[in-house]
Amino acid sequence: MHFEVVVPEADEEAADAAEIDPMKVAIASGKGGTGKTSVAVALALSAQGSVEFLDCDVEEPNAHFFLKPEIRLCEDISLEVPVVIQERCNYCGKCRDMCRFNAITVFGETIMTFPDMCHSCGGCFLVCPQEALEVGRRLIGTVELGTTGRGIGFVQGRLRIGEAMAPPLIRAVKARSTDSRTVIIDCPPGTSCPAMVAVRDADYCLLVTEPTPFGLHDLKIMTGVLKRLKVSHGVVLNRAGLGDDTLEHWCLDKGIPIHLKIPFSRKIAEAYAKGIPMTEVDKDLRDAFTRLILEIGK
Amino acid sequence: MKEILILSGKGGTGKTTITAAFACLAKNKVLADCDVDAADLHLLLSPEILEEHPFKSGVTAKVSKSVCTGCGTCADLCRFNAVTVDEHASIDPFSCEGCGVCEYFCPEKAIFLKDNLCGRWYVSRTRYGQMVHAALDIGEENSGKLVSLVKRQARDLAEQSATDWIIVDGPPGIGCPVIASLSGADMVLIVTEPTLSGIHDLKRVADLAKHFKTPACACINRWDLNRQMAKEVERECEAQAINVLGRIPFDEDVVNSLVKGVPLMEVSSGPAAVKIKQIWERLQKQF
Repeated sequence: MHFEVVVPEADEEAADAAEIDPMKVAIASGKGGTGKTSVAVALALSAQGSVEFLDCDVEEPNAHFFLKPEIRLCEDISLEVPVVIQERCNYCGKCRDMCRFNAITVFGETIMTFPDMCHSCGGCFLVCPQEALEVGRRLIGTVELGTTGRGIGFVQGRLRIGEAMAPPLIRAVKARSTDSRTVIIDCPPGTSCPAMVAVRDADYCLLVTEPTPFGLHDLKIMTGVLKRLKVSHGVVLNRAGLGDDTLEHWCLDKGIPIHLKIPFSRKIAEAYAKGIPMTEVDKDLRDAFTRLILEIGK
Repeated sequence: MKEILILSGKGGTGKTTITAAFACLAKNKVLADCDVDAADLHLLLSPEILEEHPFKSGVTAKVSKSVCTGCGTCADLCRFNAVTVDEHASIDPFSCEGCGVCEYFCPEKAIFLKDNLCGRWYVSRTRYGQMVHAALDIGEENSGKLVSLVKRQARDLAEQSATDWIIVDGPPGIGCPVIASLSGADMVLIVTEPTLSGIHDLKRVADLAKHFKTPACACINRWDLNRQMAKEVERECEAQAINVLGRIPFDEDVVNSLVKGVPLMEVSSGPAAVKIKQIWERLQKQF
């Protein structure tokens, strides 16, 4: 299979992984289905030294299909929400006035809470003069921790069906990182809160895109987000050869490096369908990913 | 009037391609793009914007440096780690949730809340009918509220002009914007693909639709990239009592139509176009 590595050849000294500082690399995209998880997995499998993989796409976590970790711990993650102690409440309405998320209503001698609306800011507990609120919990999902057969540390979040708020769960996944030499963060699609929470604090962000107008449109938005967050970034162009070269010209014009081009290949697509990482069907591709991670480490 | 919502769970399975194809096939409809943080439908339907409105939602806390004494009360109370204090408090707008706790408890009244301008929403005319769409500003939140707003406007338009269909291009995932897009939908069409990830995400989005009591059906895109896995998808759909309305083959015409920026139906009568047409016909019979 043919592919083109755009990064200059890494020299022998740089290839010594010990010289690369520990780093967190986020893999994001804007548009969904461009190959974030495939690229994130390929990087994790190609990196030297201790590696940790965080699947922050908590709405649809899929990296486990490729990395096949053995999960040794599963934690429930919940948010603190108010529960009313009816006999203490005097219906003053201060909690309702404090809450900007409409999670509490008081009318006459009735008080109701809507736990699904609660953002867990804690304001209602602080303003209640009667100490009439106690801490209840809303389960938002689970965090699972494990290790893959190759010794890659693995953490993933899984949002509870019906739960709207992904960001607190993404924070919980990131909080469980042990800061290995290389931390790979598989981010959710989109460009709003969940994607931003996932890419924040990364040392580098790889944007996986495809050479179509959709890919370019969403890439433009995502580079704007990363500029605001001050995260350096570059592009991995997936399914190169399909579509056109407008996106490449745009990257060139904006000075955004295209680190790697992965051509559309039925072999890769078929392996993906079965949960086989692309680096296992193509050894050259694996070398390319090893060089890529050294390149962005500099 | 029936509202059809196109979802997938997993991104990039072909939601927008199919929505745009339905835009050509359905008569008398309003279109809505509810993938507000990576909206792409307009790239295929070339809308002519008739109305543009700001979208304001929520607040962000700001500090008056001249009043702040740096006492740190705000930092102690903020549950979102949005405040750092050295000489004065400063608030990271990306982390601020807009809860107002810091403003309420600041002993110096040095914090105020500013309305967020989060994006814009549009009513447009396309060759295929009226369309409501939106653009969330870079890095803004509250996409769920913007989705609700787009849907409400689309419904108003549909009622005014007595259309038969509202066709909604949904966001990926199963979180806040997807939940917002489910409200009021009569039928969800799940676009899936024959991969392990596709099946996994199909289950989660099907569970979500059930949770909100919205009927769902499915179609398998690029089914021939893995025929065996396509059968697995069908088995899963059967287990979930979801009708599979059709299988769409991999067809380079789809990518070519994206590059041209037009719906598939405008440039192709190839195998994918034929199947999507069949799916649209079957979909109408689901009601």
